[in-house]
Amino acid sequence: MNGLNGLNMFYLIQLLNAVQYGLLLFLLSSGLTLIFGIMGVINLAHGSFYMVGAYLAYWLAKMTGSLWLALPLSLLIAFAIGLLLETTIFSRLYKRDHLYQVLLTFGLILIFEELRSILFGNDVHGVAVPELLNFSIPLTDTLSYPVYRLFVTFICLTIAGFMYFVIHRTRTGMRIRAGNSNREMAASLGVNMPLLFALVFASGVALAAFAGAIAAPISSVFPGMGNHILIICFVVVVIGGIGSINGALIASLAVGLADTLGKVIAAEYSAIAVYLVMAIILVWRPQGIANRA
Amino acid sequence: MPNITLSRTPLIVALLLLALFPLVGSTFYLQLGAKILIMAIFALSLDLLVGHTGMVSLGHAAYFGLAAYVLALISPKYEAANLWLTLPAAMGAAAVAALIIGALVVRTGGVYFIMVTLAFAQMIYAVFHDTKIAGGSDGIYITVRPELNIAGFKPLNLENPAEFYYLALLLLAFVFWFLSRLLHSPFGRALAGIRINEQRMRSIGYPVFAYKLAAFAVAGGLAGLAGYLAACQFGFVNPDILAWHQSGIVLMMVILGGMGRLHGAVLGAFVYITLQEIFSTPAVLGDYAKHWQLAMGALIVVIVLAFPHGIGGLIDIALRRYSYRHPGRIWRDAK
Repeated sequence: MNGLNGLNMFYLIQLLNAVQYGLLLFLLSSGLTLIFGIMGVINLAHGSFYMVGAYLAYWLAKMTGSLWLALPLSLLIAFAIGLLLETTIFSRLYKRDHLYQVLLTFGLILIFEELRSILFGNDVHGVAVPELLNFSIPLTDTLSYPVYRLFVTFICLTIAGFMYFVIHRTRTGMRIRAGNSNREMAASLGVNMPLLFALVFASGVALAAFAGAIAAPISSVFPGMGNHILIICFVVVVIGGIGSINGALIASLAVGLADTLGKVIAAEYSAIAVYLVMAIILVWRPQGIANRA
Repeated sequence: MPNITLSRTPLIVALLLLALFPLVGSTFYLQLGAKILIMAIFALSLDLLVGHTGMVSLGHAAYFGLAAYVLALISPKYEAANLWLTLPAAMGAAAVAALIIGALVVRTGGVYFIMVTLAFAQMIYAVFHDTKIAGGSDGIYITVRPELNIAGFKPLNLENPAEFYYLALLLLAFVFWFLSRLLHSPFGRALAGIRINEQRMRSIGYPVFAYKLAAFAVAGGLAGLAGYLAACQFGFVNPDILAWHQSGIVLMMVILGGMGRLHGAVLGAFVYITLQEIFSTPAVLGDYAKHWQLAMGALIVVIVLAFPHGIGGLIDIALRRYSYRHPGRIWRDAK
């Protein structure tokens, strides 16, 4: 195998990783951006839901012995948690100043992190890749690509497609879009806003948790895993523009690419690369790439 | 609403009590007291943005931590640094960083501002965490505290807990005085105008961007003062000092005490650190002490849902009743 081909394959692998990471970010940031757009709530605890999903997958996979059961179960449990949190706590925050939303969700992060510490301890836990997908596709003599990562990419793409369908082709999606562009107008035209809020919030939580669950075999589960990814999701939302699903998709892929390429070129500075992209966007289009001024 | 200034009497009484504390406090309580005074300076600096200008910054720990790192990096290894050189350098670096980041973030508002301040703070965190500058994620030690040296005369020995406490108290009093003057100046009134109605201020002809940026830089510099003192006190700086938890905690202090009141920020720092100390002491909560963040998180949720104006708000109600009967004794009208 000649060197040039090996190098190309190396970049192919990085590109696949970038797309996989980017799509995972999209699962998180699409919920985050919709919750901003429709309810006007800034939710710092969104990263905690990612962590909750990952730990649910770890725990359920251990109890049931199968990740195939753990994935849908964690999605359902997270949806229920989302509904519960929306009705008990978040519904009280919609009319409040952003400052209080920040503080309350910061308090929730502390609670989730400590509950995690009490229930699961502070160790890093691995989650096994299912037998069916536990092999790699050989690309060159030395390089190969794990199939599970391709599976994650495929699932994320399917979900993104499903979301597109729901938002653009169904009546519920029409109401979501209406609420996103003008909350009061949608409410006065008879849209049941409290129900819509609960649905969107719980779906956002479920998506974030599912992202955590499906990424668990790749990243393993560890304390503080939600906080890092939350801030990256903020960067995605700022770049894409608040409330914009399309912007979130473009920005997720761009951030995934910047992060992965940054790691290849200068590992120490890769985290900074992502923020530099954000700084440039802020100067160029402070309202985000997909929003009109 | 905010912007109520305490009259001199309660302030002087509080200052006297704080100044007398080293006569009774043991070393442990003096160190705890100094920590509270330092965090009070930090909370005051954030209140200038959150309570007085209406800018909710969730990345304020960046400037606090940056100044701490500046002290750690420019201190000589085995001898004391000169406070007169290192303090302005640390505060200056924090203010310049706030000016540069502010030039980008002040362009945004509302939710964007919150997210972007957080993201830039996290960028600075990444610089110190991922690279080898100042020991990377392991942090860096300051083996000898800086010394206060006026032409050979050393009025305070900062290695002594009581004298360090006095330095912190002196600087807190100075920052408190400085901010209360600043807020009563035309500049401060313009900031209040921006908080209440930014559009109107712009249409009157105020350069709103410049005012907000100036406030952001001043707040950054003052946060740097607190960070410098914190680095002095602990003799150790690692990336956690500028992590976003720190930004969240200082925001909590501002709300807890009641934002938009200078004494509220001080009160908030006092109550928060005291509660943290109680929750994390095994003698009080037993095995659950190591999970003190659970109690703190629950407290934050309760405060936000039930007492949005913080302790300062509750005290205001009590004091206002008192001052109806005794006009002028407690409150001074903000002009």
